[in-house]
Amino acid sequence: MAFTSLEEMTALCNEQGKPLWEIILEDDMHDRDAAKEDSWKKMCRMWEAMLASVENYEGNIMSRSGLVGGMGAKMEAYGAGGDSLCGDFVSKVMATALKTGESNACMKRIVAAPTAGACGVLPAVLVPFYQESKCGEAKIIEALYVAAGIGQVIAYRAFIAGATGGCQAEIGSASAMAAGAMTYLKGGDEQQIVQAAAMALKNLLGLVCDPVAGLVEVPCVKRNVVGAVNALSSADMALAGIFSKIPPDQVIDAMREVGEKMHDSLKETALGGIAATPEAKKFTQGM
Amino acid sequence: MSLFDILGPVMVGPSSSHTAGAVRIGYIARVLLGCKPVSADLALHGSFAATGKGHGTDRALVAGLLGMKPDDMRIPDSFRIAKEEDLAFSFEEVQIPGAHPNTVLIFLRGEDGKELEVQASSIGGGRIMINKIDGIDVNCSGELPTLIIHNLDQPGLVAKVTTRLSEKNINVATMQIFRDKRGGFAVMVIETDQPIFKKNLSYLENIEGVVQVTYFKGEVG
Repeated sequence: MAFTSLEEMTALCNEQGKPLWEIILEDDMHDRDAAKEDSWKKMCRMWEAMLASVENYEGNIMSRSGLVGGMGAKMEAYGAGGDSLCGDFVSKVMATALKTGESNACMKRIVAAPTAGACGVLPAVLVPFYQESKCGEAKIIEALYVAAGIGQVIAYRAFIAGATGGCQAEIGSASAMAAGAMTYLKGGDEQQIVQAAAMALKNLLGLVCDPVAGLVEVPCVKRNVVGAVNALSSADMALAGIFSKIPPDQVIDAMREVGEKMHDSLKETALGGIAATPEAKKFTQGM
Repeated sequence: MSLFDILGPVMVGPSSSHTAGAVRIGYIARVLLGCKPVSADLALHGSFAATGKGHGTDRALVAGLLGMKPDDMRIPDSFRIAKEEDLAFSFEEVQIPGAHPNTVLIFLRGEDGKELEVQASSIGGGRIMINKIDGIDVNCSGELPTLIIHNLDQPGLVAKVTTRLSEKNINVATMQIFRDKRGGFAVMVIETDQPIFKKNLSYLENIEGVVQVTYFKGEVG
């Protein structure tokens, strides 16, 4: 049985003297009746697929609708100029988020994390960090366990689909997962990890799912950028010793409440928000 | 949800429900047909009809019918590959009362002349629900090993089937029983925790009153 609260997870870490990723790995072994090596290998395959999804990006193609394409390449070129406001590392994070989101829209292979619409957030923070050789591959796999474990609790207490909880459930959840993963990679302890996740989720609370023409393109691709950057700032806050005044599990419960109260037109139906603007309607009619 | 439902699946975009789920539906329909399909008529309902094109739902369904899984890079090319493999297909829009928004009705004809009608829905995160097979309710997910047994509606058949499963140490996870009318045809849909070997399937086929046994081993991508 998967964990039902972040508190339960961190308590078990303290009780057994094990790191968070190991507790989550052991839970997966139990849940799927799998050997440790099988679980680890499966996570390695996810990581390889994530790396490939970034590497296989093509900057010169557009999605079938023509709404997205080429933004990742533009951001990469701009960042390489060395004069971006966000600096070198964050520019790479932004470019990677755009690349993965655009690859998804162009029917390329990605890793849903937790969903296809939010597939750019985790690779956006992990791939540039890994490529700058700040850690080895095993450490990244451990961080993926941390991310997945946080996502599992969010899925249990709230939701991870835009159709049920709005974009906060997709990009918000992905951002919380990424914040936890990065906090772990930077040496944060269990408390800092779940605090980072809570702050990331809290910062995106209320985000609606309003895709133009119902496609996972506008505004979805760019929201992967905000999910990734928000994950970095939340991780840095937690590492600085700044904590959420509201306990992490209560933040997740609040996300659920907000999602339940959210009007249906703002939950992937393409009837509200950005999807209902005159420009979006014009585009939809022309399709 | 399992850990790899959260981190995963590895899939071709853009949508877990409209693309990955659609591939799985096509794939399972092919498995249920039991041979290579030569023609497929697909009717899209709800959101599948409204936004399916932009999500590649059409190409994803055909890819599945060609035996591809959700992570197959050839999915965007499935229409061309269908031509190469002599699979004729057509799409239309339908309204199926009460059906899930992401639903498709597929009519298949196989190379051996067998015909099959499957109604299935993509229920989110790439997970699917097979609603009907040849007009009979089945409601199974395709995630676990699944047995679909067509049989005559007569006493003792359910007991005979489950006894044979237990003799082979196969645990029943879920079981549903449907029939068209009393004493007519009935269907058992059984999801099991363990896979079932071929020789044990023929063991089930040999039960008197069993008309047909269809099996798929679940976990497609």
